[in-house]
Amino acid sequence: MVTQLRRLNDIQQEVVRTARDFAEQELAPHVAEWDRRGHFPRAAVDALGELGFLGMLMPEEWGGSGLDTVTYLLALEEIAKVDPSLAVSMSVHNSLPSQMLLTYGTDELKERYLRSMTAGKMLAAFALSEADAGSDPAAMMCRAQLDGDRYVLNGAKAWVTNGGTADVIVAMARTSDDGARGISAFVIEPTWDGFSVGKEEKKMGLKSSNTTEIVFDDLEVPVANRLGEEGHGLKYALASLEHGRLGIAAQALGIAEACLTLSIDYARERHAFGQPIAEFQGLRFQLATLAAEVAAARALTYAAADKQDLGGSARKEVSMAKLLASQAAMKAAVNAVQVHGGYGYTRDYPVERYFRDAKVTQIYEGTSEIQQLVIASELFGD
Amino acid sequence: MKIAVCIKQVPEGDARLVIDADGISIADADLATEINESDQYALESGLRLAESQGGEVVVVCLGPDRAEEAIRRALAMGAGRAIHLNDPAFQGGDAAATARALAAAIERENVDLVLTGLQSDDAGWAQTGPILAARLGWPSATLIMEIEPEGDTIKVKRELEAGWFQWVRLPLPALLTIQSGISTVRYATLKGIMGAKKKEIAKVTPADIGLAPDEVGGAGRKTRTTRLYVPEKTTGAEIIEGDTATAVATLVEKLQKEAKVL
Repeated sequence: MVTQLRRLNDIQQEVVRTARDFAEQELAPHVAEWDRRGHFPRAAVDALGELGFLGMLMPEEWGGSGLDTVTYLLALEEIAKVDPSLAVSMSVHNSLPSQMLLTYGTDELKERYLRSMTAGKMLAAFALSEADAGSDPAAMMCRAQLDGDRYVLNGAKAWVTNGGTADVIVAMARTSDDGARGISAFVIEPTWDGFSVGKEEKKMGLKSSNTTEIVFDDLEVPVANRLGEEGHGLKYALASLEHGRLGIAAQALGIAEACLTLSIDYARERHAFGQPIAEFQGLRFQLATLAAEVAAARALTYAAADKQDLGGSARKEVSMAKLLASQAAMKAAVNAVQVHGGYGYTRDYPVERYFRDAKVTQIYEGTSEIQQLVIASELFGD
Repeated sequence: MKIAVCIKQVPEGDARLVIDADGISIADADLATEINESDQYALESGLRLAESQGGEVVVVCLGPDRAEEAIRRALAMGAGRAIHLNDPAFQGGDAAATARALAAAIERENVDLVLTGLQSDDAGWAQTGPILAARLGWPSATLIMEIEPEGDTIKVKRELEAGWFQWVRLPLPALLTIQSGISTVRYATLKGIMGAKKKEIAKVTPADIGLAPDEVGGAGRKTRTTRLYVPEKTTGAEIIEGDTATAVATLVEKLQKEAKVL
């Protein structure tokens, strides 16, 4: 890694090696084809699960590895360097639904879902956004009406990663009209009557990640499948996003690192005007500055992870990390296409894929503007 | 079945190698390393045998402190425990000196089978395994592509030249050197990595295995490396003229008679 700053401990070195070997041997040979076909590689997800990468942050009591956030992000980066699409599945699964079940789920729910999730036997999704409620989730319309011992859910959720492939989904729905305090969280199974997968998004990038709308039509959910208290769902979801955002920062760092490495390798090989283009100072300075920016974003991301591992909120640092890491990824990807010239604009080289994949890191799990809002609200103590 | 697997820590395949000031070794500070490739296959074979036959896999590794990384990896992949021949006296040995030390350690273990890689990716002598077998006084077979345990004996498939194979039966205990590609090497799972922390790594000195310091390592060498160097770049290419048929005929002739590669 050209921008790695940390000295890794024994466990971290081993985890990184397994993640890197897996990515290079099992993902790298297929990733371009998966992208072209928009193919979601379920077998690769299962293999990730068998290796333990889908329960990294969960305690051993629930079948996880009980690793810290730093180690988790290191592994996620290795996957993202090769396959950003698979990395987002891994990030979503490990952070949002797993964290919510661990923190707010009853032992019964954990036994039924979390244990299978950490073992990789159930892939999980997280459904917060709606077509008209993205950055402003409190505007959600999807309803959950209490009826005896069950809730009846109606409405649709949008932009659900793993939406059409998940075995379990943590979804937020409105249980009262009390704005942000009228939202509850539910654990639902896609096999239940009243659940259907809606439109699959035709995205610019992350093409082998499955992003869909999901639709609830009189979907009956047992009261026992509500997470925590009624009306607290949005608060829970936003707290779990703190973990999710660091995952996206790591995904962005993986993309940035891959783009830097590809740029350096190509610049050494490609000759123009009688010498490798790596000899031109214009290109060298660009890559030097970029490497420094990626390294800075990395330092910030892992500092935020350290703070999170020590306990307490790292809300501001997480948003700062996500803001800068996604910016670095986009810049590194744009630059990598430029370094590759005409070839970079073709599918014969992987940089155009990273270019398409990078953009969404500035959009999902809180746009850059939302990260700025969060940072500012921490600065001004709102 | 008790199986000892010998592993060596070597530089990673794409590591940038720098020749040390002594002119005969590679500078190893900050060098990215891995378990020697064919040793990984030896380990995988040992783990599969232990899983199908019952028994344990003991990893044996001669190397400095940094070799513990390779040992931990082997433990994370599933080996039960490890013996680390780690003492300044062990360093700088050739195949003969290393095999002598490994033999002394393995003799104390009552194993049924010793597996090594075919050869190391750095020094590449392909001798440590066979010399180790000779030291132990056991039969051995090299270039193994398949293993079939048969109780007191073991049947193995050897890779010969030109796509030929040979099946050989050996009485146990025996030693096999394993060819890369015999199977698919497993990844260390996260549970394996976490579990490896609790596994025993016994650190062994020459005295612990009944050897004098001058019998092993640099002092125990039978060979001497005189120079290590990167082949110098030379220029010189021959353009073969003429139409395709003539050019091909000339090329074939040159490859046969001058380059002697056909």
